[in-house]
Amino acid sequence: MAELAEKNSFVGQPVERVEDDILLQGKAQYSDHLPTRAGTAHAAILRSPHAHAVIKSVDVSQANAHPGVLDVMTGEDIAKMSEAFLIVLRAPINQWALAVEKVRYVGEPVAIVIARDRYIAEDALSLIQVNYDALEPAVDQEEATRDDSPVVHEAAGSNVVSTREFSYGDPEKAFSEADKIVKIKVKYPRNSQTPLEGFVVNAEYIPGEDLYDVASNYQGPFTSHPVMSMALRVRNSQLRMRTPQWSGGGFGIKVQIFPYVVLVCLASKRVGRPVKWVEDRLEHLAAAAAAPNRVVELEAACKSDGTVTGFRFDQLDDYGAFLRAPMPGPLYRMHGILTGAYDIKNMTVRNRVVLTNKCPSAMVRGFGGPQMYFAIERVMHQVAVDLGLDPLDVIQKNLIPAGVFPYRAAAGALLDSGDYPKAVELGVKDGKLEELKKKRDEMRAEGKLYGIGYAAIVEPAQSNMGYLSNILTHEERQRNPKGGAAANATITVDPLGTVSVTADSIPQGQGHQTILSQIVADELGLTPDIIKVNLDFDTAKDAWSIATGNYSSRFSSATTVACYKAAQKIRAKLARIASQSLNVPPEQLDFADGKIFDTSNPENAMKFYRAAGTAHWTPGALPEGMEPCVREIGSWSPPELESPNEKDQINTSLTYGFVFDYCGIEIDRDTGAVKIDKYVTTHDSGKILNPLIADGQVYGAFAWGVGCALYEEFVYGEDGSFKSGTFADYLVPTSSEVPEPQIIHMESPSMVTPLGAKGIAEGNCMSTPVCIANAVADATGENNLTLPLIASKVASIIHGEEPAAPSEGKEDSSRKDQRKQKIRKDGLLRGEGKTIVPATPEKVWETLLDPKALAAVIPGCHELEVLGDYTYRAEVSLGVGPVRGRFRANVSLSNMIEPVSATLSGGLEGPLGASKGSGDVKLEIHDRGTEVSYKYAIELSGTVASVGGRMLQGAAKALVGQFFQRLAGQISGVKTKHNAFVIVTNIWELVLRMLRLKP
Amino acid sequence: MKPKGFDYLKVGSVAEATHALEQGGEDARLIAGGMSLVPMLNFRLVEPSILIDISKIEERKYIKETNGMIEIGSATRQCELEKWPQTQSKLPLIAKALPVLGHYQTRARGTVCGSLVHADPSSELPLCLATLGGEVVLSSATGTRSLKAKEFQTGMLSVAKRSNEMVTAARYPIANPDAGYAFREMSQRHGDYAIVAVAAVVTADKIKLGIGGVADKPTVREWNMLDGSALEDALNAFAWDLGGYDDVHATSRYRRELVRRLGKNTIEEAKKCRS
Amino acid sequence: MPQLNKEAKHPVTINLNGKEVNGYAEPRMLLTDFLTHEIGITSCHVGCEHGVCGACTVLVDGNITRACLTFAVQADGCTVDTSESLADENGELSGLQKAFKKHHGLQCGYCTTGVLMSVTAYLRESPNPTEEELRTVLSGHLCRCTGYVGMVRAVMDYCENRPNK
Ligand code: FES
Ligand code: FES
Repeated sequence: MAELAEKNSFVGQPVERVEDDILLQGKAQYSDHLPTRAGTAHAAILRSPHAHAVIKSVDVSQANAHPGVLDVMTGEDIAKMSEAFLIVLRAPINQWALAVEKVRYVGEPVAIVIARDRYIAEDALSLIQVNYDALEPAVDQEEATRDDSPVVHEAAGSNVVSTREFSYGDPEKAFSEADKIVKIKVKYPRNSQTPLEGFVVNAEYIPGEDLYDVASNYQGPFTSHPVMSMALRVRNSQLRMRTPQWSGGGFGIKVQIFPYVVLVCLASKRVGRPVKWVEDRLEHLAAAAAAPNRVVELEAACKSDGTVTGFRFDQLDDYGAFLRAPMPGPLYRMHGILTGAYDIKNMTVRNRVVLTNKCPSAMVRGFGGPQMYFAIERVMHQVAVDLGLDPLDVIQKNLIPAGVFPYRAAAGALLDSGDYPKAVELGVKDGKLEELKKKRDEMRAEGKLYGIGYAAIVEPAQSNMGYLSNILTHEERQRNPKGGAAANATITVDPLGTVSVTADSIPQGQGHQTILSQIVADELGLTPDIIKVNLDFDTAKDAWSIATGNYSSRFSSATTVACYKAAQKIRAKLARIASQSLNVPPEQLDFADGKIFDTSNPENAMKFYRAAGTAHWTPGALPEGMEPCVREIGSWSPPELESPNEKDQINTSLTYGFVFDYCGIEIDRDTGAVKIDKYVTTHDSGKILNPLIADGQVYGAFAWGVGCALYEEFVYGEDGSFKSGTFADYLVPTSSEVPEPQIIHMESPSMVTPLGAKGIAEGNCMSTPVCIANAVADATGENNLTLPLIASKVASIIHGEEPAAPSEGKEDSSRKDQRKQKIRKDGLLRGEGKTIVPATPEKVWETLLDPKALAAVIPGCHELEVLGDYTYRAEVSLGVGPVRGRFRANVSLSNMIEPVSATLSGGLEGPLGASKGSGDVKLEIHDRGTEVSYKYAIELSGTVASVGGRMLQGAAKALVGQFFQRLAGQISGVKTKHNAFVIVTNIWELVLRMLRLKP
Repeated sequence: MKPKGFDYLKVGSVAEATHALEQGGEDARLIAGGMSLVPMLNFRLVEPSILIDISKIEERKYIKETNGMIEIGSATRQCELEKWPQTQSKLPLIAKALPVLGHYQTRARGTVCGSLVHADPSSELPLCLATLGGEVVLSSATGTRSLKAKEFQTGMLSVAKRSNEMVTAARYPIANPDAGYAFREMSQRHGDYAIVAVAAVVTADKIKLGIGGVADKPTVREWNMLDGSALEDALNAFAWDLGGYDDVHATSRYRRELVRRLGKNTIEEAKKCRS
Repeated sequence: MPQLNKEAKHPVTINLNGKEVNGYAEPRMLLTDFLTHEIGITSCHVGCEHGVCGACTVLVDGNITRACLTFAVQADGCTVDTSESLADENGELSGLQKAFKKHHGLQCGYCTTGVLMSVTAYLRESPNPTEEELRTVLSGHLCRCTGYVGMVRAVMDYCENRPNK
């Protein structure tokens, strides 16, 4: 029997994926390919160019009148039709599907156009006129905690919307008895794994049923389902969410489709037909979601031999403009294992959640782990540096020892299995660390900058639904205790004995179909290729629960178990049926090769399909009390996932794998570019269900880890403008940048899951960024490192003082000025200039105050409307030839000292973005009339800033310069020679450069 | 991200193209490979009234030798120059630059002349044009003229092409057998626009160095043979003159540093190529 | 060829994966949208619409083309091949596709259709690339799932073991 079972074992084998045939042939239907019925309308979304502004008015009349447009909705409409989204905290942070009254980040949806097709919808976006009153934004997360910071949500009173403090063990003692306290402060940047396929929502409101029917590449968790249905004011059953089988990557980000689901549902209700919306790349990068950026101050209490006895954590997580459920997950998901892979018993923690005027943060693969381990593994490296020890020795000295599993970590994680010291040894040996160290010596002897970095981490999987409860106090939690994590799978055997499986894992390319087919095949004695696993998902028909979805590596320890349980039920049922015919007790039966047979006499067998067929064709012949048909649901929630206890300890996840990485990197002395020379990653992820797929997950997580370490960041300007709006600015590493890591496996099966499997897909997102940073620290000796370590940043560490410019004496001062101008700072566009106007200062002054004359000098001005004293609104066209954008400009004059000086301030708003600026004008008598000198500062936001802001300096200079040239022209009666637009053209042309595309 | 509406005309000859340009006026736009223009259209940064497609002008698909120059017609794709058997010997600098120009996929579409008209300051082909002292041929309905690189390249993404003109060919001088040529660049990822690109031509007594990516157009400097610290001083002065700028990818200081360091390495390499 | 008016839809005929197909397009309609929404095939994916990611890569008259940077009217009269052209009529995967399957060269499959077309065209020119050369070519595609390892192995294996090389 054992032999047969062996032969039939697919679990653990590198079975080729059943998903691949359709994908390779390009026949898979992703969400954008789903059939839509005739008359389906298409939506486009107008987004805020401002980081923080009051919406004074929105005029949609022109857009509405545009041929092909069905309707346009604004935040006002949405607020009438829906509720604000529920959030995890009890705080007045209200978010609707469109901005209501205020915008709080660049890219926030302001209006939605519903039209016959997407092209027309986008045409109409430019016809919507929004009148904003820009406010000071809160951008930097540390500054946002200060009392004098602008507040993102006034009603919340402060940007710090949650503070919790925790203490475990006896941290005071640990720190007072420490030989040394090592302290670091690290900043983890904003980034995201940016799936290649964006969000897609198809929604239809069905009036007779009061039902919203949605098909979207939403990935769960279905904790958000009630959030959506409550926003839509319907019972849960009235929001039917369907997810197709094929999705172009998720990585957690596709959780954040949910506000758009609500938006498109409401749009459909309004126009009375199905509506489809497809997110584009610019929208995705600016406004989908990012992992929260985090500032961590971490202190380690150490003994002089390198033993760490305590941690003091101070974490400040930036969630951007709103706290969307399930935020602030990243701050709490890792809570139980805040001590990482180390046997540290004493710890204090302060967790703060801050809001800023940036895109809301959300789930991204790694979910809090990259941020946390960056601090922990950097501090362990620093302990070694400060104590003069080898970093690997410090790691090894502090690892949780072998033989103590299950091990309860200080903050409550119940580490299920493992042997960390052995895994490290294995990695050291099989990865040939000694050779790598030798290489480092040789390279250094040759004058090369070479470093080795390490990271040892614990990788959690399957989140406890109660993990976020720790944001509340123990008393608050008692009202509604949460804990557990349910999973579901259903197996059906039809009248001809074909097996179909559905489950609640909602994959995005991870090969779940294959793995489930392996599990079911083993249990039922079949082969995986004949088991049809269908993982499209429908809340109206499939078994699901709030934990349903694809996140926190829940598949391999949750859905697989539910499926296994369902298969066991099927097996038990069919065994009973077969036992009747074969005349042996069910326990004596085994399943193999499509047969059910007597283990003591394999000849005595029944075809699998016959046994199943009995339940369909002849239910009357079934054993006493057995229900007809063959369909079983497996449901599972592990008992280990309890609510947090009174000491705030919580087992945040079910299984805990172990990852040990090291790498050798070389830094190019000339360019500062970091090259990964060798990377070794050792995983103990429990039982491996399919090695091919497991390694694929490691490679993918590693590649993103490399991106986070060296390239990827969402960059914001000081004014909150977004600067990484294209795939030419947000740098995703390619096959030329990502080397192949060496993967080493060890298997310590989990004791808490029947299959023994743990998660494997997130480990390298957590370990790789810090491992590379530690190697850079080793190579350079610099310990203050902030990711991503782009070449320019690394160069500033290794290049020392810049050689001085050739002696200044030799040049005239104008050259020096020129040079100053050439060296431009990012962020604000600043400039100054002067021009001579052949008229008296009084005459110039008069012109400035005369609306008509002013209209003539504002470049591209069509009409100028006087709004009040010295306040004007103008319609302005900028550009020439093919490039032309129409903007609305607000201009006002203040600080007027007649006829000497004034401040001219204003803003431009148009489809491509907004700018605001002000300039001081000074008039001085000159022998040829009046010298008009001016200084200005301009900020840009919106599309233009996202895709090309940095190159606009010259254009802004030209624009302002023109203003004054025309002023001169107007006053002196000379028509300016140039078409005023000629120079301005460059504004838009320059943007092209940012696209970084080669002609 | 969809373009605004435009009329479309595919032309089969330069005459048709220039005629269409006259008709279309300022709002007409030529498209060849489309590698740079179409993203701008998709972002609605450019909204032409008419797009004139010049990619199918067969008469402009050629590479030929004329008067000591290699002339490349406007419909010639970058990959065609890459595969041309004589690129290595006649245009060694370009042969070294082409593999780092964008990606295999974009070179399959993008044209040589399109890249020159686009005039990105860190782009390889304009830098080679400037360093080698090449020229471009411009045609309009009323005539043809040629401009030296220096006259043609006027600034960031801007060239001295009139709105009724089309660039019909580029001309690169054939390599001097006595000279050494080298090309290097630093970009974050393979195929990205260079943060700094460097082209060097070294003869028995002269060094010519072209730098892209630091100033608003490719900038070339020539010295009598220099070595050691004299060369370093010259490069430092050049770096400071170019200035540079800060952006999300690099600081101005980094750009200057690359001028000094990559500049030196590239010159050394060119010297080696000579010997 | 006459000038095509922006307001109107114009007939566009292409030979798509070996079959002639017809549809209508305004001049501004991208080839990606034409293939997906007008013709209705599922093998031309959109990842960025600005030419960087490579998901939309198809062959137009045999040349590698970013469909998101091409207008449907430009492709009128051309041959367009997508990954749907690679398997034989019985659905038997091509050698290259089989290698991708064997080496787990794909996960979500969204980038894969474009990658296959680039590789197909590239191998016609350079049948036996080194790994580094191959990686350089693949760098024109972004993949967020695989870390590129499986696809590199797949192509190298395919080149080494293809029957009639
Ligand atoms: S969609 Fe065409 S290259 Fe990204
Ligand atoms: S397989 Fe998903 S993007 Fe490549």
